[in-house]
Parts: sequence; C-alpha cells; structure tokens
Amino acid sequence: MSIDKQTLQKIAHLARLEMKEEDTDKMLNDMNQMLAFVEKLKEVDTTGVEPLVTMSHEINALREDENKPHLNREKALANAPKKDAQYFRVPKVLE
Amino acid sequence: MLKAYATFAQIQHDLHSKKITCTALVKHYLANIESKKHLNVFLSVYADEALARAAVIDEKINRGNAGKLAGLVVGLKDVLCYENHPLQASSKILDGFVSQFNATAVQRLLDADAIIIGRQNCDEFAMGSSNENSAFGPTLNDIDNTRVPGGSSGGSAVAVMADMCQVSLGSDTGGSVRQPAAFCGIVGLKPTYSRISRHGLIAYGSSFDCIGIFSKNIEDAALVLEVIAGADEYDSTVSQTPVPAFSSLLSAASEKKYRIAYMRDTLQSPALQPEIKTAIEKSLDQLKLDGHSVAGIEFPLNEYVLPTYYILATAEASSNLSRYDGVRYGYRSPNTTDLESMYKKTRAEGFGKEVQRRILLGTYVLSASYYDAYYNQAQKVRRLIREKLKELLKEYDFIITPTTPTTAFKLGEHSTNPVEMYLADLFSVQANVAGLPAISLPLGTDKIGLPMGVQVMADDFEETKLFHFSKQLMNLA
Repeated sequence: MSIDKQTLQKIAHLARLEMKEEDTDKMLNDMNQMLAFVEKLKEVDTTGVEPLVTMSHEINALREDENKPHLNREKALANAPKKDAQYFRVPKVLE
Repeated sequence: MLKAYATFAQIQHDLHSKKITCTALVKHYLANIESKKHLNVFLSVYADEALARAAVIDEKINRGNAGKLAGLVVGLKDVLCYENHPLQASSKILDGFVSQFNATAVQRLLDADAIIIGRQNCDEFAMGSSNENSAFGPTLNDIDNTRVPGGSSGGSAVAVMADMCQVSLGSDTGGSVRQPAAFCGIVGLKPTYSRISRHGLIAYGSSFDCIGIFSKNIEDAALVLEVIAGADEYDSTVSQTPVPAFSSLLSAASEKKYRIAYMRDTLQSPALQPEIKTAIEKSLDQLKLDGHSVAGIEFPLNEYVLPTYYILATAEASSNLSRYDGVRYGYRSPNTTDLESMYKKTRAEGFGKEVQRRILLGTYVLSASYYDAYYNQAQKVRRLIREKLKELLKEYDFIITPTTPTTAFKLGEHSTNPVEMYLADLFSVQANVAGLPAISLPLGTDKIGLPMGVQVMADDFEETKLFHFSKQLMNLA
C-alpha cells in the first residue's frame, strides 16, 4: 500500500499539521518508505490472536477519590503563550 | 583536581572519610562540562544551584543525617520535569516551557540527597537513534567527535562517558538508553515496563516508555533503581510490585550459574558488524567455561519486531503529541489567523521533521480505513512476540544479543532514508515491544577504538537476577 498526495494532505489535516506544497514530495517519499517497511507485518498469520492492548501489569489500581488539586491556576497558566488572569486565550472561534 | 570516580561507593567512601566534599565534586563535574562544551551535552547547567545544594549536603554529611544518594551528581534527559527548571524535549514547540512540578523519579532522587547538575540534549521528543534530531543541534561522541553518541538519550550517555556527572536518567522507548550506552561504552538499563513511575516524563509511546539509567557500573544502576522505582499515586500504570533492595542484594556474592540463550539470527545478521559478532561469541564461550549453560535459539519473529514497534509507537505518539497545540504551553506561531491555522502552523513550525513524519504515520495507521490492517495487526503480533519471549524465558534465565548492529556511526550517515536510522534499534526494540527488562553492558572496542555493547534481557521484574548476572558478565571482560 502506498499513499498519494491527496491522502497525505488529508492525514496532515487530521494531525493538524500544515503541509507546505514544497515539502509534500519529500514527505510523501519518506512516508512511503516507512509504510513499505511496516507492510511486512501482513505476512504474519494472526488468526485467532487477541490484540495486546495494555502492557501494564496492574488491574484497576483503585484509590479513594479525594480532592487533591495538582496544579493551581497560577501554575497551570504559567506556561501559556497567551492568557488573561483566569483563562488561556486563543483566536476568536465564534463571530 | 579530582579524578573520575568509577563507582558511587568510592565517592561516598571519600565523602565520609573527608577526603572530598560534595562541593569539590560538583566543581569537578562543572569543570568537565565547561571543558567539553563542544560536545553539546547540556542544554542547561544548574551550576550555582548545584553548588548551593552541595554545601547543604556537605553539612548533612557532617551531621551524619545525609540521604542514601548524598554526593550523587545526576543529569536529566530533557524529558523529565524538574520544578522551576526549563524542559522542552529538545523541541522548538516547548520553547520557554518551565516545569511546574517534579517528576516522581526526580523527586525521589532529590529526597535521597542527589544533586541535579543540568538538563541534557536528546533527539526531539525522544525520537531518533543519533541525537541529530534535536532543535539544539547534535550531541557529539566524546571518543570521536565526527560520530554520533546514539540516541535518543545521546546527551545523557555522553555526560556519564565524559564524567560530567556520575549518573544520568534517560528514557527508553525503543532502545534510547541502551543504544547510546553501547555507543558510549557505559552501562544502560531499561527496567521492566511500569517499574518506574512516569509521572513527569514527557510521553512518546506510552505502552513502551520507560525511564532508564546510565551509569559506569552495575552497582550505581541498582542503587538508583532502588530509589526511584515503585508505586506512585500519580501514575496509575506503575507497578505496585514491591521494590527489592537491589543494592544490598547485589553486594551479597553470587556465583550462581545461569541458563543463557543467544539468538542465532541476531549473530548471523548481515547487518551486524563483524567485530561485535566476534566479541559476543567470545563472551558466550567464556560464560560456558565459567559453568553457565549457553544455547543458541531461533526467534523467527525477529524481523517483525521493528515494524510492530513503528506502527504502535507512532500511533501512540500521534495521540500523545496532540497536546502540543500552542494553547497551554510552549511555542505559538505568530502567523495565525484563526484557531485552525494556529494549531496547524504552530505544529508545523514547532515540530521537527522526524516528529512530523511519526505523527503522520501514526495518524495514518489509526485512521478508520487502515486501523485493522496496521494498528490492530501490530497489537496482535505484539502479543505473539511477548508470549514467545516469555516462553523462552521460562526455559532460560537470560537472552543475550548484541545491543546494536554497529558501533557509533558518522554524523549525517543515516539522514537520507528514515528507515535506515530505525535499523540502529534492531536488537534493542524487542525488550520494549515485550515490556521486559534489558541492560546494555560495555564489551570492549572495535578495531578503530569505538565502544561495543552486549545486551542482556530477562523476564518481567527479574532485575535482581539481571544485576547479578551483569556483574559476572562484566567481570569476564
């Protein structure tokens, strides 16, 4: 399986990455090399094999539901590129 | 001027017998960092702070109430949170980010009176095998400055190699501690998946990510693991399994003989540098002479390990890295017009090329039409790989392979085709796919003097046994 420019643009949109026209050929080439590399997995017969969905050895590590704020507002906002006293600021979404 | 200490035990001995002080020790490392600035190892050096802390700990030593790691000077890969210190996974997208809390592993080091000396260069978001994918430029190998130190924790490996700190903490998702340890001639440990809390570790592939330890010897790795491992209320994935007293268990002499398997196909791989093959074979012969049983085994799934890894790790990365959107922290593109262009331009300008490639591949393999063919299939193969390895580890105590197919390669040597670079993790990635503990140990040098490494893999939570055997193996060489 290989991907074309249109598919690449679609994935880039899903991943919220701007893909400049001049970068697409190189990226397409790299992506197809990576895909050809992982394609090999299709050779493996996995009939009847359940997917391994977690690597954790723990099953339901439960704890009391106590209110323990981890970061206060000031700290949570400390790294924001744009903020006011209470909120993160982003470009206007609704007119 | 102090000498380079081979072990932390010697440091502690000299501290307690007043031959040296923590202050002198920190000055010694700072001088090494300064004189080897060209290697581009540290992104930040906390000189004043480390000296101030050294004075406090010297005082504690005098009073006799110093912690277990008093005098241990540690460097942190740029993926571990250290409160009120910069952190950016060597990426432009985290420009200006300052940690608001301590990673659990870092907190435990500090609680035991370790001294943090700085933040170390790495591949961006721990994606790479050469440290060349850093927004801060590559780290150079101290043995040959035209060569890479390995990656992604390249800076952390060189720091220990060049005596800029006694120990480094790195992270190992597909070999990122063991591979650079091999390229730099030091010890690199990736413990069992979930052995160490990942609270405060920047996430890449969460079903693979492990904090790992770089050291000059087994004892130091055992001691640090004992301090940082174990249950943590901030990480629901961390193992609740009690942490053995690795260091005291290790100090009890053990001449136990083990059942050792080596993977024939890894030694016959055409990608393997001949000197590494010879060195591993020599070790296996010595182990036999020493009374261990040594058997060659086949592992036909080997050729599927890297593809499994690249599907699952990129899928997880595409999800984990969605949080870098220019809203809550780090870089935001100044060229934006609306919310969507803010996301897209911020991410396109902030992430380097390899990170973008992996996000795109991950997004693709998770997309509705291809999910079964790639992601689901990879999860199934992952189960087969893990089960087969677990089966082998019932029969054998350890599985030995080379850590890497070659010694340190030249800067720029694998930059044209991303897949070529991936092959540097050919042997190390198995342990991450299966979640098993593995260690890379120095194994002499090749004919031009570059370090080689041997990897030993054990069953889940068998670190005690792994340390014992590693010591025996290092004493052979």
